[in-house]
Amino acid sequence: MTHKRNVKIASVVAFLAIVFIAVPAAISASGRIDLYYTLTSVALLSIGSAGVWLTFYIGRINIGQGAYALMGGYVSAVLVMNHGWSFWPTLPVAGLFCAAASVLIGLPILRLRGVYFAMVTLTLTEVARLLALALPITNGAKGIVSIPLPGALSIFGLTVIPDFAVLQNSRLAFYLLAVTVMVVCFAVMYRLVNSRIGKLCQSLQQNEELASSIGVNIAYLRVIAYAVSSFFGGVSGAIFAAISQSIYPSSFTVTDSVNFMLNCFLGGLGYVFGPMLGTLVLYFGWDLLFQTGQFQLLIYSGLMIVLMLVLPNGLLSLAEMTRKKG
Amino acid sequence: MAEMLEVSGLTKRFGGLVAVNNVSFSVREKEILSVIGPNGAGKSTLFKLISSFLRPTTGEVRLKGERISGLAPHIAARRGVVRTFQETTIFKNMSVRDNVVIAHHLRSKASLFGFFLGTGTAKADEAAFGASADEILELLGLSSLAEETARNLPHGHLRALGIAIGLATDPSILLLDEPFAGMNHDETMRMVAMVRRLRERGLTILLVEHDMPAVMRISDRIVVLNFGQKIAEGTPSEIQADDKVIEAYLGSEDEAIGL
Ligand SMILES: Nc1ncnc2c1ncn2[C@@H]1O[C@H](COP(=O)(O)OP(=O)(O)OP(=O)(O)O)[C@@H](O)[C@H]1O
Ligand SMILES: [Mg+2]
Repeated sequence: MTHKRNVKIASVVAFLAIVFIAVPAAISASGRIDLYYTLTSVALLSIGSAGVWLTFYIGRINIGQGAYALMGGYVSAVLVMNHGWSFWPTLPVAGLFCAAASVLIGLPILRLRGVYFAMVTLTLTEVARLLALALPITNGAKGIVSIPLPGALSIFGLTVIPDFAVLQNSRLAFYLLAVTVMVVCFAVMYRLVNSRIGKLCQSLQQNEELASSIGVNIAYLRVIAYAVSSFFGGVSGAIFAAISQSIYPSSFTVTDSVNFMLNCFLGGLGYVFGPMLGTLVLYFGWDLLFQTGQFQLLIYSGLMIVLMLVLPNGLLSLAEMTRKKG
Repeated sequence: MAEMLEVSGLTKRFGGLVAVNNVSFSVREKEILSVIGPNGAGKSTLFKLISSFLRPTTGEVRLKGERISGLAPHIAARRGVVRTFQETTIFKNMSVRDNVVIAHHLRSKASLFGFFLGTGTAKADEAAFGASADEILELLGLSSLAEETARNLPHGHLRALGIAIGLATDPSILLLDEPFAGMNHDETMRMVAMVRRLRERGLTILLVEHDMPAVMRISDRIVVLNFGQKIAEGTPSEIQADDKVIEAYLGSEDEAIGL
């Protein structure tokens, strides 16, 4: 028991050391500054994917995370541009806004299961895009551009985070921001899944009727899980808008929603850290295949199909298999 | 004896079909009452109405005087009316023990957020649920299978697990839908003894069953349904001598009611 605990603590420390120290050191040594942008994207996408993973955990196929990422991006952008907010408070507000919206949307649609829920969420992304085109506040197809970089954040006069605009290396700053938020999100997920709440979610996934017969308020639990999921989507979208300093109706599309879901599949639906690994592999895999030109999509899809067939429980099931053999 | 559950004028229509038609009866405290009837008589529907899985078209169900029909299933469960399912229904990808532990959920004193934070109350809940789960598994002879994944259990044990899940909610009245289905004679006899033991522990039991010898052996009283209507009510010997009941079962098998 204590041995297991020590292994856990060691892995967490190693992981933190890699993302916060080793990666920045390696990048500055190699001079590949562009990798910051790539890894920042991976971190943000994995936050969105984590949300999708949580809806999978209650037995729902969610292909609508793009809608909440888009919504989060716009909420942050509008608050900064139209209302003069600093970026920092818009981050939790964007998350909460998406969570609240998802409660209203989720109450009716979470009654659906299987492909029906999947289809409705797929449509959701398209609805979000059309709304962004049509609403006056989102400025139509022109989007919201020239969003200022996040300013300084001070608490009690103490500057906790410096103004990104005056930093020499704002890419590093964004990387650290994205990775920090990612670590917090996955810590929350880990705790959720390993507490009683995780077991309750599993009970929903496996049999909702039985769950309600033992007194579980299934409608409430579904909505809570979906709200947390959408919160993650909103937060990742808000940081995206801040990094690209812009947001358009096409910033998150149906393709992104599908990718959020694929990241979860690839990493493994049974593992909390599945979406993180899945996002990393998928993102870099797609980039590596760039050399193959017109065959990129073909090879990529082919590989995905093969992987699903060979490893239906995701990449992380590989680790479990080797551990069992060893 | 005090009345535990009161079913009055209960009716359920599915379109043109009247699955349960103006049924009334009551269940006394610590009684084992069986509901029997041919296939499609409305027995499962009656159970779903009592446990609030379905909303009655008319009529109501009261538990110790308080209305419990037409609510949500999880609320009926919290008031103390819990059903097991006709089909074996379990959380198949959880361990046997986890199935029973999670079924204690409605006894939680901690909130969901409390569980997230791992507060003292949450830890106390977890410990109490674990201990109670072990006791229930012991009672149902499932202790040796506690760590097994539920879907790997043999049929007889699956039924027992279904009952263990029901017991974990600490109900005032437990509704068992065909608990002996698919069991051989020995398994059935063991389960009959099991259900008796539950009653001795203070539980009131309502059960639907097709296995007539078992029903006659286990029941204090029997309610007979046919085409949604109650056609008889009485002790096992009264039911065995009832003309209407014999008629309802005739054409299927004579020995079906143990004659
Ligand atoms: N959800 C439903 N919608 C429409 N008809 C239904 C529904 N549920 C049950 N019925 C019908 O109601 C009648 C009673 O069904 P019920 O399942 O209660 O019978 P039962 O007595 O439990 O039968 P069995 O012994 O076969 O389990 C049947 O004719 C059935 O087809
Ligand atoms: Mg039935």
